[in-house]
Amino acid sequence: MSEAQTARPTIGAAVSWYEASARTRLDLLLDPGSFVEFLGPQLRHVSPHLQLFDLPEQFDDGIVVGRGRLDDKDVLIAAQEGRFMGGAFGEVHGAKLTGLLRAARDIKSMPVLILFDTGGVRLQEANAGELAIAEIMRAVVEARLAGVKVVGLLGGRAGCYGGGGLIAGCCSALAISELGRLAVSGPEVIETNRGVEEFDSRDRALVWRTMGGKNRRLLGAVDAFVDDTVADFRGAAIELLRAAETFGVETLRAEQTRLEGRLQRFGSCKDALEVWGALGAPEPKEIPSLSAARFIALADALQLPPHAAR
Amino acid sequence: MEDLNFRHRTRARAAGIRTQAIVGVVASGNLEVLAERVLPDTECSVEIRTQAVGFGEVWSAVIADFVERYSPGGLRLSINDGGARPDTVSLRLAQAVRSMEAST
Repeated sequence: MSEAQTARPTIGAAVSWYEASARTRLDLLLDPGSFVEFLGPQLRHVSPHLQLFDLPEQFDDGIVVGRGRLDDKDVLIAAQEGRFMGGAFGEVHGAKLTGLLRAARDIKSMPVLILFDTGGVRLQEANAGELAIAEIMRAVVEARLAGVKVVGLLGGRAGCYGGGGLIAGCCSALAISELGRLAVSGPEVIETNRGVEEFDSRDRALVWRTMGGKNRRLLGAVDAFVDDTVADFRGAAIELLRAAETFGVETLRAEQTRLEGRLQRFGSCKDALEVWGALGAPEPKEIPSLSAARFIALADALQLPPHAAR
Repeated sequence: MEDLNFRHRTRARAAGIRTQAIVGVVASGNLEVLAERVLPDTECSVEIRTQAVGFGEVWSAVIADFVERYSPGGLRLSINDGGARPDTVSLRLAQAVRSMEAST
């Protein structure tokens, strides 16, 4: 990985992934000047629904799709803009990602990177958004069956929630930062439906240690943990595209076995701290305050359950 | 939502050879500006869709000031606005013109 990373040593090293816009992430993640956008903003493929609600549109409907080069290799790539309507999936937003994945399935030789930054389905176009999620999940699986690697990067402001969490779960591999959050139901949704005793959404420490990047890494829900810089995400993307396994029925069986084992081992834990203790972390309470480098060393040392399955 | 359109004569052509640029995002207090080099060098148009209704006069003043300062000849500027303040609008417009100046 170090050799790949040195291809672009300084650019993006000081840029926070969390703070950057979708377009800045794309620009600094890929080889310089290599990004070519599909269905760019000048075509004005905006949401057909938002006008009905008297809401402003965005010319790219909150997602940028295209192709580019990463470490001198061709990739297809999509980046969600978490600041526009929480990066939520609407009809056009979803169709752009579905189209990209179907192109990857047909081309076969170009892997896909998805830069998630989403709260889930856009409520103003909920039916279209839910359908989009289903279509995208199918498109991810079809692309993977055709031999295409689909890698997700999680570190945006909106996290990766709702249908975004489901799509992420279908990917070949995932990288996350501490600020990345990965779940289906968000903190407020859980509290609203199950009560404050089940999950107190105002307890920020609870939210972060449950849904945040460190717990996702320790539970094996993601494959790599990175610091919150564009350069680190670039390094992880290069490594995961190299290392991700091929996909088939055997993969799914292995994943099922892995998840059963995880449930057996940690199913009775009431809190992430208990999970980390059960994993053998010497001081679970200290994990949230560990630097990225020290956390990565700890996670690698804890001999996590193999999650090459996926 | 409110639609506003402004058209101005410009002193000079906007610098650079880029044909298109987009800056900003549509969020509360923010806006996106899409710049396209599609007009004659002596003209500039600004098309706005804004969530804040009833601020036409403020927009008119901000756009007139922008055209006077930057002379964005040849540019069609399309704005989706999430209720940005005038100073934010001015900065985004300046950013859009700067982005068009890039040589590639």
